[in-house]
Amino acid sequence: MIHYRIQDQIAILSWNMTSQPMNVLNDESIPAFREALQKAFDDPGVTGIIVTSERNEFVAGADLKMILRLNDKPAADMFAFSMDLQRLFRSIETSGKPTVAAINGTALGGGLEITLACHRRIALRNPKAQLGLPEVTLGLLPGAGGTQRLPRLIGIAAAAPYLLEGKRLSPEEAHAAGIVDELADSPEDLLAKAIAWIKANPAPLQPWDERNKKGAIVGKDHYSVPGGGVQSPKTAPLFMGGAAQVMQKTHGNYPAPLAILSCVYEGLSINIDRALAVESRHFVKVAQSAVAKNLIGTLFFGQNEANKGASRPTGIPVTDIRKVGILGAGMMGSGIAYVSALAGIQVVLKDVSAEVAEKGKAYSAGLLEKAIQRGKSTREKADATLSLIHATGNYDDLKDCDLIIEAVFENRELKAEVTRAAEPLLRDGGVFSSNTSTLPITGLAEAAVHPDRFIGLHFFSPVDKMQLVEIILGKQTSDTALALAMDYVRKIRKTPIVVNDSWGFYTSRCFCSYTDEGIRLLREGVDPQLIEKAGVLAGMPVGPLAVSDEVALDLIYKIAGQGIKDGALAPDDASFDTASRMVSDGRLGKKAKAGFYEYPEAPAKKYLWPGLADLYPLAAEQPSLEEVKKRLLYRQSLEAQHCFHEGVIRTKLDADLGSILAWGFPAYLGGALSMKDTVGEEAFRAEAIRLAEAYGERFRPV
Amino acid sequence: MAEAFLYDAVRTPRGRGKSDGALYDQQPVRLLTSVLKALRERNALDTSLVDDVVMGCVAPVGEQGADIARTAVLTAGYDPQVAGVQLNRFCSSGLEAVNTAAARVMAGQEDLLIAGGVESMSRVPMGSDGGALFTNPEIISRHRIVPQGISADLIATKWGYSREQLDRFAADSHRKAAIAWQEGRFGRSVIPALDEIGQVLLDRDEGIRTDTTEASLARLNPAFEAIGQAGLDALALLNYPALPAIRHVHHAGNSSQITDGAAGILIGSKAIGEKLGLKPRARIRGYAVCGSEPTIMLTGPVPATRKALSRNGMSVADIDLFEINEAFAAIPLLFMEELGIDPAKVNVNGGAIALGHPLGATGAILLMTLLDELERTGKGTGLASLCIGGGMGIATIIERL
Repeated sequence: MIHYRIQDQIAILSWNMTSQPMNVLNDESIPAFREALQKAFDDPGVTGIIVTSERNEFVAGADLKMILRLNDKPAADMFAFSMDLQRLFRSIETSGKPTVAAINGTALGGGLEITLACHRRIALRNPKAQLGLPEVTLGLLPGAGGTQRLPRLIGIAAAAPYLLEGKRLSPEEAHAAGIVDELADSPEDLLAKAIAWIKANPAPLQPWDERNKKGAIVGKDHYSVPGGGVQSPKTAPLFMGGAAQVMQKTHGNYPAPLAILSCVYEGLSINIDRALAVESRHFVKVAQSAVAKNLIGTLFFGQNEANKGASRPTGIPVTDIRKVGILGAGMMGSGIAYVSALAGIQVVLKDVSAEVAEKGKAYSAGLLEKAIQRGKSTREKADATLSLIHATGNYDDLKDCDLIIEAVFENRELKAEVTRAAEPLLRDGGVFSSNTSTLPITGLAEAAVHPDRFIGLHFFSPVDKMQLVEIILGKQTSDTALALAMDYVRKIRKTPIVVNDSWGFYTSRCFCSYTDEGIRLLREGVDPQLIEKAGVLAGMPVGPLAVSDEVALDLIYKIAGQGIKDGALAPDDASFDTASRMVSDGRLGKKAKAGFYEYPEAPAKKYLWPGLADLYPLAAEQPSLEEVKKRLLYRQSLEAQHCFHEGVIRTKLDADLGSILAWGFPAYLGGALSMKDTVGEEAFRAEAIRLAEAYGERFRPV
Repeated sequence: MAEAFLYDAVRTPRGRGKSDGALYDQQPVRLLTSVLKALRERNALDTSLVDDVVMGCVAPVGEQGADIARTAVLTAGYDPQVAGVQLNRFCSSGLEAVNTAAARVMAGQEDLLIAGGVESMSRVPMGSDGGALFTNPEIISRHRIVPQGISADLIATKWGYSREQLDRFAADSHRKAAIAWQEGRFGRSVIPALDEIGQVLLDRDEGIRTDTTEASLARLNPAFEAIGQAGLDALALLNYPALPAIRHVHHAGNSSQITDGAAGILIGSKAIGEKLGLKPRARIRGYAVCGSEPTIMLTGPVPATRKALSRNGMSVADIDLFEINEAFAAIPLLFMEELGIDPAKVNVNGGAIALGHPLGATGAILLMTLLDELERTGKGTGLASLCIGGGMGIATIIERL
């Protein structure tokens, strides 16, 4: 696990974990590392220590499973675990023997924290290596000294983006930032430089350490932080600015970045020996929070599971999708063509004529051009990708497709027509799919000769950015068709969720509950500014009225109208009524530059349409912000629960992931279905009943 | 209960609180010393009778640290038996000192005190004392603590004060202050600031500008827009969800001036005045302090004034003159609007926008300005009030004798 050898009186500790896909800090490696370090400390013949790795990466971080496991233990247990690790890393600084981190590859999280405890960091110029403290992105904080050593090393202001945003660095960037002391050109050079430094520095001290009267290495009580200490005139205002920026970004919904600021604020005022305990306390508080549990559980492990095909029927061989046909070169069709070609799939992009289809292909060309400009791709690669897209007006070019995705206008007759024309061109066993966001798949499948091989593939706009694809099963859709669709979604590296056919499927239906609740609040005379703010502060990407405008009010009008016809919505549906009033005033939403908002010419910003006050006069009594937030969140969560109970969505994970990735349900709650666990089942239920009594049956818990 | 009387009041002129200000080369303790000396000399005071010297100072660190009140007692050559204490209630410290001293007289425990304050903002910049309230990220985020300028802009937004209204108020402050100086209305309280060899460094408030007009103010850039947009507006608006944004309307010209200065008021019982042959100039009718919402922070004068009035069985109509600190132009506008006060009764000789706001001293300066004006005009009652950091307000009512 950690190879130990002596060279030139120097102990070389090389990480090489074989039980894990990467070197990570876990229950196996931490004791092994401790043992190896102790051996080197105790051996009088050893004059120095090098920590390095025999794998591509240095150490990729801590094993999140270990953290999840400790999540449910008493706080004192997790604190003891954390302090144990702190003491281990601290022993590197206080052993008296020079220790060099020879960073051969990626060092993230706990991996970088090992190197920060070493007296010197030398990094190999490895283009694939990433250095950073990404804990915050998982709702955690660097809990093995990262919040203490990095600002002590490079200054409080300089350390902030790495701690608060998890910004990653190449070895060269880390060198320029002062995190890495020296760069090496080859593994041999790396080792040679490490050895040379140890020989030249037999008794190094960290800048924040000193020797006490007895000769032991201890933290300085008044270490002078580069760039100024916590209460220095230059640095002190940064904490207010930093806290404000964090609050602007998180609205207080995510505890980790604030805790990181607190670690720096509190810890850098005292010596490092005591400061590490301060960090550990904050670490335990944050790691044991529901938010960290949710982010790690749903977004990290959950999404990985879904990406691997958790919802794919078992026992069906994997299809390698080679040729995909796309009907309709509009915005969605063009986007689907782009992500398919990026995955190396041959794409036939068909529209009414080759000219129209070429316009859709040009969309890919534009995105690829941008990627080249940003250095994310090369001309050669981009050309190869683009050459995979064949723009055509001819159905015959669709011959032998593994999968055809219809992405024409949301019109049943049109969809039926293209289905009849294209389906016969599929290869034997090929699958026909519809990228519809609302029309029931079972009905659309009636136009197909093989309804068992007809499926819904609901992409989200913009296709290249949105990670989710909602796969919709019609009544007759077979497992084989689902498996093939899943294989395609995995190939284009999107996250699939599987839902059963019904009105609005899963994501559109729950999303509509958000806009609908916003519209109902408006109709009750709640200040629209308060409604919009409540949506954003609850953690939604935009307010319910703003997003309605973006979707377009005439579309909401049409969809709700269809819902009423289909019996899915009541005849007096609030969204339908309000949307029809707005539409009849010509206020169709953002595209018409008039909707719930006014859209003046740039650079002026959009603002709420003052005419709303005439349409829905403000009530004398306004609800509290918390009440409005609750209504917006509970409504969505309850809709997801209904979907789950009705069998529309099949697994909890799909429900949660779909909510976060499709319509931006806040991740800190774990997803629309997990929200009730985060709140607590009993408390959620009681609150839903209260809301139902106050505002209507739509809040009645399942 | 005994009564507390104001016997005399003295202050330095207010110097620009920058390195080009007239008082920049004067140590803060020297400013305060000059005030104590003047009070002794003007009243032929036997300083052994003074029980305590209570002084406000808002950044009591560095050369303003270590109890600057006791330090000034020694440097002024007062009897060493006189005690000294420094206190800090942010911008109201000078008035807090007066109220504290008055309360001790009213309680019958002490007879004679000097209360006031000092601040050399040019030498010990605002914020030099740090403080958990303004630096601890957990406190800041939980209580949405923002700089006062953001709070003042939030008030202007919430109450709908336009940039023009604020600039008009600011220009008026300069006009009124200029007239007051021309007519020598501050003459009774202000002593010239002298250097070590007796030369006059400054004999009038340095910040008054006769050329300030609404048009000249209109050219100034908002002072808090940049920091506001870097996150602080969003933090403040978490508590004000019904506001879409904060309008940044305050700037260097319609906010109080950063200045250096010191002030002291001689406060005592009726008996001590009789004993020393001093004529009481005014009586303290009462005072109040209160907390208010800390994000918007500066609305406290309104509830504090209501509290002071109602505790004394008075109403706004019973007050002839008001001094409300012009920390930012929105504050007096809010004060007048919320309390229904006639603008003709408010800050009749200008305020901190024209004259400056030496943090620790201002409260005492407002009270002596009020007293001088009551005497000049023969009016009876006055109320001084200030907004306070952290979300507080203070008000003191005096009655001319």
